Amino acid sequence: MGPGRTWTAGVLGGVLAAALIGSAPRLPRAGADALPAHPAPPAQDGLVVQLCDGATSVTVPGVQAGRPMPPDQAVAVTRELMARWQRAHPGQRWETAEAAAPAATAAPGQRGASQQGDTYASFTERDRRIWQAETDAFVAEGNRIFHSAELLGGTIGVSCDMCHPNAANTHPETYPKYQVQLHRVALLRDMINWCIENPVKGRTLSSDDPKLRALEAYILAQRRGVPLAYGKH
Amino acid sequence: MAARHKSVETKYMEARDTVLRALRHCDRRTFLKLSTATMGAVLAKGLVPPHSFQLVEVAHAGENAQTGTALAAGEIGHRPFTFAYISDAHLYERTLNQRFVRAIVKAVDDVNALDPQPDFVLFGGDLAQLGRPGELELGRQILSGLKAPVKMMVGEHDWYLDLGAKWQELFGPPTYSFDWKGCHVVVLQSVYEKDFWTERKLTPEQRMLTVAGLDNGVQSRFEVGEEQREWLKRDLAHVPATTPILVFSHSPLYKYYRPWNFWTEDADEVQAILRPYRKVTVIHGHTHQMLFNQIGNISFYGMLSTAWPWPYAPQGLPKLTVQMNRADPFDQFDGCGDGRMTVRADGLVDTIYSLWDRNPVTIRADYLVSHGKVDRPPAPQFASY
Repeated sequence: MGPGRTWTAGVLGGVLAAALIGSAPRLPRAGADALPAHPAPPAQDGLVVQLCDGATSVTVPGVQAGRPMPPDQAVAVTRELMARWQRAHPGQRWETAEAAAPAATAAPGQRGASQQGDTYASFTERDRRIWQAETDAFVAEGNRIFHSAELLGGTIGVSCDMCHPNAANTHPETYPKYQVQLHRVALLRDMINWCIENPVKGRTLSSDDPKLRALEAYILAQRRGVPLAYGKH
Repeated sequence: MAARHKSVETKYMEARDTVLRALRHCDRRTFLKLSTATMGAVLAKGLVPPHSFQLVEVAHAGENAQTGTALAAGEIGHRPFTFAYISDAHLYERTLNQRFVRAIVKAVDDVNALDPQPDFVLFGGDLAQLGRPGELELGRQILSGLKAPVKMMVGEHDWYLDLGAKWQELFGPPTYSFDWKGCHVVVLQSVYEKDFWTERKLTPEQRMLTVAGLDNGVQSRFEVGEEQREWLKRDLAHVPATTPILVFSHSPLYKYYRPWNFWTEDADEVQAILRPYRKVTVIHGHTHQMLFNQIGNISFYGMLSTAWPWPYAPQGLPKLTVQMNRADPFDQFDGCGDGRMTVRADGLVDTIYSLWDRNPVTIRADYLVSHGKVDRPPAPQFASY
């Protein structure tokens, strides 16, 4: 591959085409799991922008790879791409043509068959790390509240961790269950609220309170791998 | 939820008020009927009041040759005695928290109701929650209500605000020993920790809060420390190997679960110092649960807390421990309590776990020294999750 030019062109082309035909951008992935690629013609002078059919392309003279185009020019490029596509497919609508198109060429090293065009499943390792960090931050907030009488709104200096280190003996996997002492079926959040009201001597939290949600997240996160056993006593 | 469900404390106080109101308007005949019925119920359940302090026979001398607990020649001289314990009260100041005050007062009432009285009462450490002077003074004031003499032991919650200054001002040195009816009794400060606070620039309050948390992973592990181990060697130097040794330690003097500091880093070294003695019993606090273990010649008993029960740790539980039923969160006192130990004529120690609102559980020394072959206590109905 050239000094990054064709790569950038592919990405940019995808982005541009997304605006036109409603398809999500397909970011290239490193290693053996890389998504199939649409090989674009090499750039002679300027930037090659490719339509997401993997065939139609246009060279924009005078644009450096990796540099953004002004909006007007970008729109003009997308119009030119679609015009070329229409000339190559007279009398066709792009929506139906795209749906019937064969799968893109598999990238070298890709193993087995892979479903394509699935926006939901098209995430990268980087996406996964971002989502994990978001989730961990939510759990960490629950951890903070779990260990603080003040954040729990407690009035007698008691916090959850005093009886439940690492959320031990909170057994979230056993809910919902009939809680004999409450004379009704309880969820984990009911028990959290019970503890907040009684040993912690605070005020109960409403079900959508961010603190209650974070507490639930922390408690559940401590029980990874434990089989669900609702109703267990 | 608030409107529909009353707290345990509220219900208890309401029931108490009802009874007291009824008693005020009660004639002599009704009163007698009431008290007879109460007495009958108590006797029918085999509970001598206060039920958490059943009296049991204390002398088992000369029996049980099978488990190696028979008196050997030359061992005569220890007279059996009993002592009670109260431990891990975790007091805040009275204005902040009544819950823990109520619990330790209940334990003091229990012990004062013992007849005959124990020879002494061991306080097992963690009198205060955050080591504040007001907390320690409140604790001393409550414990001063005990009829029997009190032997104090320090816990990490008493220590890490001012590194023991206030505690020592009130109760004296944390490390000491004495002889009692033929036994040698040692009290250790076993909650020293390597300095983790200077590098992190923690204030005394932050240091205390860090140590007070079980699951934060920031603090160091408990240790007896080299200086105190040397003291222990010197202290035991003139004690014959046949003399029963009682060691009081806040942290368990073995390795149970490191992440929660149910752990003593130099436990192996301390055990080595105790190894030459034939009958050694370690009584420890900190773990807030029914817990017992046997390592070589040493029997270990964990004490109950008055404040709250800890769950059993996910790993490392001694094989000999029979878990207590898991606690009812709706009952402040369940899983908590106090207890007493009987030092038998043969120098071994039987323990009664006086669990509040439950029947007491007796663990005989024979169960431990036989490594579980005899006198196995009943299994719990509700194991931990």
